[in-house]
Amino acid sequence: MLRFVLTVCMTLAASVASAIEIKEVTSAGGINAWVVEEPSIPFTALEIRMRGGASLDLPQKRGAVNLMMALIEEGSGDMDARAFQTKLDGLAASFSFRAFDDTMSISARFLTENQDEVLALLRQALTDPRFDQDAIDRVRAQVLSGIAGDEKSPNRIASSYFDAAAFGDHPYGSSIDGTADSVKGLTQADMFEAYENTLTRAEIYVSAVGNVTAEQIGPMLDTLLGDLPADGPPPPPHVDFGLAGGVTVIPFETPQSVALFGHKGITRDDDDFFAAYILNEVLGGSGFESRLMNEVREKRGLTYGIRTYLIPKFHAEMWLGQVASANATIGEAIAVTRDVWSDIATNGVTQDELDSIKTFLTGEYPLRFDGNAEIAEIMVGMQMIGLPTDYVINRNDYIEAVTLADVKRVAAELLHPEDLHFVVVGQPEGVQSSN
Amino acid sequence: MRRLIASAFAIFAALPALAEEVTSYTLDNGMDVVVIEDHRAPVVVHMVWYKIGSADEPVGASGVAHFLEHLLFKATDQLESGEFSATVSANGGSDNAFTGHDYTAYYQRIAADRLPLMMQMESNRMNNLMLTEDDITTERNVILEERNQRTENSPGALAREQFVAAQYQNHRYGVPVIGWKHEMETLSLQDALDFYDLYYSPNNAILVVAGDVQPDEVAALAEQYYGVIPAEENLPERIRPQEPPQRAERRITYTDPRVSQPYLSRSYLAPERDAGAQEEAAALVYLADLLGGSPFTSALGKALQFDTQTAVYSSAGYSGSKLDDGTFSISVAPSEGVSLSEAEAAMDQAIADFLAADIDLAQMESLRTQLRASEIYAKDNVEGLANRYGRALTQGLTIKDVQDWPQVLQDVTADDVLAVAKKVLNRNQAVTGWVVSAAEEAR
Repeated sequence: MLRFVLTVCMTLAASVASAIEIKEVTSAGGINAWVVEEPSIPFTALEIRMRGGASLDLPQKRGAVNLMMALIEEGSGDMDARAFQTKLDGLAASFSFRAFDDTMSISARFLTENQDEVLALLRQALTDPRFDQDAIDRVRAQVLSGIAGDEKSPNRIASSYFDAAAFGDHPYGSSIDGTADSVKGLTQADMFEAYENTLTRAEIYVSAVGNVTAEQIGPMLDTLLGDLPADGPPPPPHVDFGLAGGVTVIPFETPQSVALFGHKGITRDDDDFFAAYILNEVLGGSGFESRLMNEVREKRGLTYGIRTYLIPKFHAEMWLGQVASANATIGEAIAVTRDVWSDIATNGVTQDELDSIKTFLTGEYPLRFDGNAEIAEIMVGMQMIGLPTDYVINRNDYIEAVTLADVKRVAAELLHPEDLHFVVVGQPEGVQSSN
Repeated sequence: MRRLIASAFAIFAALPALAEEVTSYTLDNGMDVVVIEDHRAPVVVHMVWYKIGSADEPVGASGVAHFLEHLLFKATDQLESGEFSATVSANGGSDNAFTGHDYTAYYQRIAADRLPLMMQMESNRMNNLMLTEDDITTERNVILEERNQRTENSPGALAREQFVAAQYQNHRYGVPVIGWKHEMETLSLQDALDFYDLYYSPNNAILVVAGDVQPDEVAALAEQYYGVIPAEENLPERIRPQEPPQRAERRITYTDPRVSQPYLSRSYLAPERDAGAQEEAAALVYLADLLGGSPFTSALGKALQFDTQTAVYSSAGYSGSKLDDGTFSISVAPSEGVSLSEAEAAMDQAIADFLAADIDLAQMESLRTQLRASEIYAKDNVEGLANRYGRALTQGLTIKDVQDWPQVLQDVTADDVLAVAKKVLNRNQAVTGWVVSAAEEAR
């Protein structure tokens, strides 16, 4: 029996009459889902998330969850990998199965004309995987090739050092791919164990957008996901950002140095999150107008791009940035970055900057809802961090409510130039490790 | 006085319901206008495409098309440097630009009611850029850093550059879009202005507007903002040196200690989509999928990754989106313990087996279904549709060609695929490249 908990009409932009409607549905089996009925194109985008993810890797088994998830499309039921893919190709649908730090992500896109067949195939993949030894060996070789590649990629060398130094033995301190040694040791039994621990209904989130009705979704989800285990293991604990301010140079022969930098951040549910979000946009956000883009690229030509990111993960918070510059000029790029960080920490932003970033953020928000797959992804992301459906209506008000004084206060509290740690990979001239 | 040819409105209105809602017309000054309607969200994508790309650059000034693309965000007679993007942002939109061998394009994504402002600014920078020497010095450093980031720091990108240069010995497709570093370092204000003054003209441009708009309103705005710009009378005919027939195999080994996984690539000269003649290109789309599309079901995937563990990766790729002859390419990354020569021999054997056997008709049908479905999925992305039209119209195709393409794809037969495979998969018109970390791996 289906019950509609809530129906919200979302007006995309004040000036325009166009609106879409998010319907919140709970299936008889207790699976909650958000649905937008958009019948104009005969297909549906379905997004499923399960909390847990690669952080649930067991001791000595780093990489198991990642490898297992890559094997979900490599055979299930009475089909080996090739039979499964041949069937999927013939249905012209696409599936994506991905593991992240704290999340398992399943995406499907399918035509209305054969939706029952596609969902039956997806159910088989999720509930009856085979983990054939030849598939394990084949995909393991691909993962190992990727791990070897990371060891020669300046960006991956930087992030690998940064994560380990910031988070140590916590799962955030190592790559979800695992190491060459840990991946070589994984067995078929490890795959089944990782599967049972991570593909569960313990914390599951679903969204669907397209040529599907809210009435159809409940029974569809109970059939698709009802046989998955109801419980999973607990998540890892919270971890503090453990990397002190400074510079680490990792020598690597390449013409352009890359720098990854950051310090502690802010949680997503903090009252000051929106002030921090606005602050980050002014500091190093997505546009060409950020302070860092202006100082490092537009005025000095030191880089092609510089960005900063607020990263509120489920168990840790970071404020990160990235820049790349020729070996001769990376030192100057770092110095300018520190100066900008200091200046905003001390003086905050200007009223003009605040006003224009608010106009940008509030105007840009409705533009994100421009396709079935995009809307489904936004909705499932909102569900994961506990936002209600009417967030899409109120979100711009949260942005508008931030004052210049808020931003100045939050800048002083959260931005600490002396705490920034720069990991530089390359042959930077005039840049030394701090200890 | 309206200079718009009103009768042109209806030309494409009679197309079958399968096609997206597209209207097109041409302004008196020669500027083409394409409108794609999608009323699901109050959003518009506004693009101006110039029929000029890196393959049209003068000798010695490689990278100038892309350099100029960057410089278009500097000051004009009405806008401060950076004001264009700042204004788009302040109106809640995003903007950017990109350059290819055949085109340079500028676009904004924004609330539909801001379209007039976008047209006002975009039409302004078509003719009124006010560049300074400072702009040149700073922005040249930016594009050099862009080259560092995309190419110099990437052994794969450096290798590709070498392979493409070997593929095209006469055509400018052999020169990278971003430019050769030594030529980028010498790009001057005059180089940029020469290019700008001649090619940034309405009769060399296409306006594509896609989203929640009405064609007649777009027509009136286009007339108001772009219609008043005079045509460039000296615009040269677009003639580029063509590639002569290749008569001998070309081989290259690129060595770079930053390579972690050795691999090989083979690329064959191949025909592109031509106006009114897209059949061979359509057959090549099937060939790429049958030979190296899905790692699970393609000929190379089965032979190299399933039936034997010769490779950790194999693929084939083809894009018919070019003004002149393009390429059909294959790459293979051997498994641990397999040499590149062994992998290449296995690849050649798989190709020979493919050519000798009948094509699996069930697989043909599966591809046909997937291509038909991809047209349905494509309607969900109006920016993708806008790109499709802009790219085609700068590459010698017509709107009719774009709209015919899905049916041309549906009509491909197994015989068509085998015929084009036998024509294209000839090592005497191919470049084979090996990418290794040290000389001893090249075996």
